[in-house]
Amino acid sequence: MKFHFKTDYDQDIRLFPDWWNFTLYAALLVLALALPLLIDPFFLGEATNVLIWAIAGLGLMLLTGQTGQVSLGHSAFMALGCYSCVLMMEANVPFVLAFLLAGVITGVVGALIAIPALKLHGVYLAIATLALAILADDIIVLLKEWTDGVNGKMSPPIDLFGYEINRWNNPVEWYYLVLVVVLMVTLFYRNLLRAPLGRAFAAVRDSEISAQAMGVNVAQTKTIAFGISCAITGLGGALMGLFAGAFNNETFNFLLSIQLLMMIVVGGLGFIHGAFLGAVVIAFLPQVLSMTTDLFGRGVAIPGLESGVFGVILILFILFEPMGLYGRWLKIRVFLELFPFARKDMFKRQKSYLKTERLR
Amino acid sequence: MEVLQLLISGLANGCVYGLIALGFVLIYKATEAVNFAQGDFMMLGAFVTLGLVNPEYAGIPFWLALPLVFIIMGLLGYLLDIVVLRAVFGQSQVAVIIVTIALGFVIRFAVGEIWGHEPQSLRSPLALGDVRIGDLVLGLADIAVIIVTLIMTLLLWQFFQHTKMGLAMQAASQNQMAAYYMGIPVKRIQGMVWALAGIVAAVAGILYASKGALDPTAGFIGIKAFAAAVIGGFGSLPGALLGGLIVGVIEPFAARYLPPGWSQIAPYALLIAVLLFRPHGLFAQVRAKKV
Repeated sequence: MKFHFKTDYDQDIRLFPDWWNFTLYAALLVLALALPLLIDPFFLGEATNVLIWAIAGLGLMLLTGQTGQVSLGHSAFMALGCYSCVLMMEANVPFVLAFLLAGVITGVVGALIAIPALKLHGVYLAIATLALAILADDIIVLLKEWTDGVNGKMSPPIDLFGYEINRWNNPVEWYYLVLVVVLMVTLFYRNLLRAPLGRAFAAVRDSEISAQAMGVNVAQTKTIAFGISCAITGLGGALMGLFAGAFNNETFNFLLSIQLLMMIVVGGLGFIHGAFLGAVVIAFLPQVLSMTTDLFGRGVAIPGLESGVFGVILILFILFEPMGLYGRWLKIRVFLELFPFARKDMFKRQKSYLKTERLR
Repeated sequence: MEVLQLLISGLANGCVYGLIALGFVLIYKATEAVNFAQGDFMMLGAFVTLGLVNPEYAGIPFWLALPLVFIIMGLLGYLLDIVVLRAVFGQSQVAVIIVTIALGFVIRFAVGEIWGHEPQSLRSPLALGDVRIGDLVLGLADIAVIIVTLIMTLLLWQFFQHTKMGLAMQAASQNQMAAYYMGIPVKRIQGMVWALAGIVAAVAGILYASKGALDPTAGFIGIKAFAAAVIGGFGSLPGALLGGLIVGVIEPFAARYLPPGWSQIAPYALLIAVLLFRPHGLFAQVRAKKV
């Protein structure tokens, strides 16, 4: 058990609280960099997939975990990010520029949509964003001239400063590309959380009234949160489309945004680690399931099995571990650090009672 | 005449949306939570009926099976509340949203495993025949749907306004802690309302299945019912029915008069428009916040 004896306010917001912590994350980074040497290309592809999910998840995490607004419409923003990136690449915009611009466009559109949507809260916001996700699907079909509708688009090869990166020919380069994006997004996210804006996000999440009383402009903060969240998710969507090789309106079905929401809940709402853990679950679940069904001799894919099992997992998490995988790890860590003084009730939640949003 | 025909088929569809929306509103009125699985409840209710009634399964006569279906679905709703939703009692609406979305997936998977994924049709006495009035062809099912929905809405409305239980449910949603102080068994009330929602879902499911084929993805029309509930103003029972009717009527007209591709957008576009201009629906129940 270590005690952080704080002698300076900066210690509260330091990126790494101590050397041990820094060493751990440095080791993780080294491991991530060395991963292509350790595993074969198939699993490297899976790892890339995990990281892409994690990027999209981080986007939603910022909104749902940090600012407390539920969105069931992030598949629409993934689609926007993907289509705008690919369309720009087809117009011969260099990849790096197209990719970043896709994020910016998605963010701006997200923020614009947020201005009216954030007058709503709770349930209404969830439903409005769900409608948005369904609309996006239809709008992609309607904008046939640009999006090729249901036929979909092939993703163009990525041309990075003269190097062509193709998923099948050079998976290692793809992995590093995604890793760089993940690192940038994570660092941005982490730094945002210790900046005043991130604190404002948390204040809005915990109590809008108190946030207002502390001088936080709630509407503005929510709009910015929505914008940044959409931008990050748009980047994730662009990578997902490019990685998939081909995509159409079905790729960005509204079920994708539900999966994204479930993913961050299973991982642990409100933690950066949660997005990554959830991404691991969601990326490897299909593999694990197909292996299990093979084991039981049912070779044919069972329709709906994946989402059914994921639903069960999610319900079990909400029942037994509402803080998700990362929350469980935190509890284990505290148990180990305090051994043998940890008590069962240490994480007991305070009893809470709901009040209506109507008739206040 | 064509307009009238479209109107009536739209109204019948709208009544099914309205019934599902009633299920949302019931639960919302009593627990302040939204059941995102209500559409799948409806689908489950329809399949339970199908399993009891159709000759290739149990083959029980329809009118005998009806009370059985209501008992099964009511119990199921109650059990779901005890087993799953009690765990998120008193927590924010977000937790309930996520749990019920997951429940919807599980129900869809279970139904697909039990009854298969092919479209099936329910042997319902309502599904037989048409009535001709002049040039107008009315399905018997459509008429039944409209009548049953009107009766259900009226009954539930009266229940919430005038019975002790209904008032207790409203009180429990407005302020859980205060309701406890007044001696209302809040948790049991929640169980009751989930059972009631299960029964309403069963009614909606039977009517839906009487109108056409049924498969496990039928639950997705719950999303349109959302639009209905929001347009009507979440929390208002007549509003839910009105919203359902609006969505139901818009659909066939959009399909008839708008270019293809635009018609499926219509209900959602309306939903977003309502949220923008009247954020709490036509029958708004939200007043200004006092601190």
